[in-house]
Amino acid sequence: MRKLPLVLTAAGLAAAAPAVATAADLTVSVELPRISSASYHRPYVAVWIEKPDQTTAQTLAVWYQQTRNNEGDGKDWLKDLRTWWRKGGRAMTMPADGVSGPTKAPGRHSVTVPAARLRALPAGQYNIVVEAARELGGREVVRVPFRWGGANTGAGTGSTELGAVRVAVTR
Amino acid sequence: MKKTLAFLSLAAVLAAPLSAQAHRAWLAPTSTVLSGNDAWVGFDAGMSNGVFIPDHAAMRLAGLTITAPDGSTAQAENVSQAKYRSSFDLHLSQPGTYRVANVGSGFMASYKQGGEQKRWRGAEAEFAAAIPADATEVQATRTDSRTETFVTLGEPTDLKTVGKGLELAPVTHPNDLAVGEAATFKLLKDGQPAADVEVTIARGGIRYRNNPEEITVKTGADGAFSVTWPEAGLYWLGASVRTAGVNGQPGSNASWNGALEVLP
Repeated sequence: MRKLPLVLTAAGLAAAAPAVATAADLTVSVELPRISSASYHRPYVAVWIEKPDQTTAQTLAVWYQQTRNNEGDGKDWLKDLRTWWRKGGRAMTMPADGVSGPTKAPGRHSVTVPAARLRALPAGQYNIVVEAARELGGREVVRVPFRWGGANTGAGTGSTELGAVRVAVTR
Repeated sequence: MKKTLAFLSLAAVLAAPLSAQAHRAWLAPTSTVLSGNDAWVGFDAGMSNGVFIPDHAAMRLAGLTITAPDGSTAQAENVSQAKYRSSFDLHLSQPGTYRVANVGSGFMASYKQGGEQKRWRGAEAEFAAAIPADATEVQATRTDSRTETFVTLGEPTDLKTVGKGLELAPVTHPNDLAVGEAATFKLLKDGQPAADVEVTIARGGIRYRNNPEEITVKTGADGAFSVTWPEAGLYWLGASVRTAGVNGQPGSNASWNGALEVLP
């Protein structure tokens, strides 16, 4: 039991060492609220980095139905993530490596983006945008400001389709 | 009284090919922004006072022209004409923007023969032979009408202008419209900027509100006009340009009606 903190510290150092060399990681935590509904479907969710002029720097995650069912292909409803679709989704090809994944159940989910994937992102002020759209439900967009280029955190919250959204930039 | 009647009948003659002016012509898509490998969109077309409300007359789809993103002609499917609306489906099988238009052109003339006001409609080539030798006060008019909308699968693509009649040349893409944002378009007549033309902008759903909330804007010298969308919805836009005939040349009457969707 006593050894545990030491192990943790060692692990922390091991993780920190490469981080210093390769700069920061970005972690976005997204809470999908449990919604009481007779016909609940997991929401489609997109997470992206937005520049101050509201154009998209990079899409980090898109969670959508990966398969075709008798109602159609999961990609047919990507347009319902209206803001993301217009701001960049429609220019992407899905599925996208390291970005797309299946829909998630209610609860807290996190997206960690290693700095290597954000090499092209100049230091500066940005927003993390999280958009959720649910079949027979609503749509909500939450923006959380953060700074790229040093450790900092940000938080925001939705009121209908999204819960807490937290952003952490670690060095 | 006689004068008024004469004026009214003349007005009726002038307005006849443009029943769209009294009743608005509209071609309404079931969706405009689509994702996926392919998609289907349905369309209703009619003429009525309340835009997109089929309660007056179906639109004849004789001039239906669908241009696919690659410039090829796409075919409408499941075409039908009901009492108050015509309908058809379009299978979007390639990514990009489709132009869906019902286009008509014609030729008409009014003249006097023996003191009696008469009118004629037909093909321009038959015009000279069709007008009696003793006709006076002959006034001929070329008519062009275009009722259209746009739908996009995936990423919007550029639209080629047509160069005939009155048409909308996008500055802002017609499938990239969002509430609260400004959009700019140009009106062209026979490919040239149509300056100082009034454009009427009416949002659908008038049955469920009392205020028509119409917007009127005028095109500038370059044919451009801008609108900041006050609400999401399907909007009807309409404009027409009349040119009087001079020196025996026919006048022209060109109209354009469009349906554009603004998303929240």
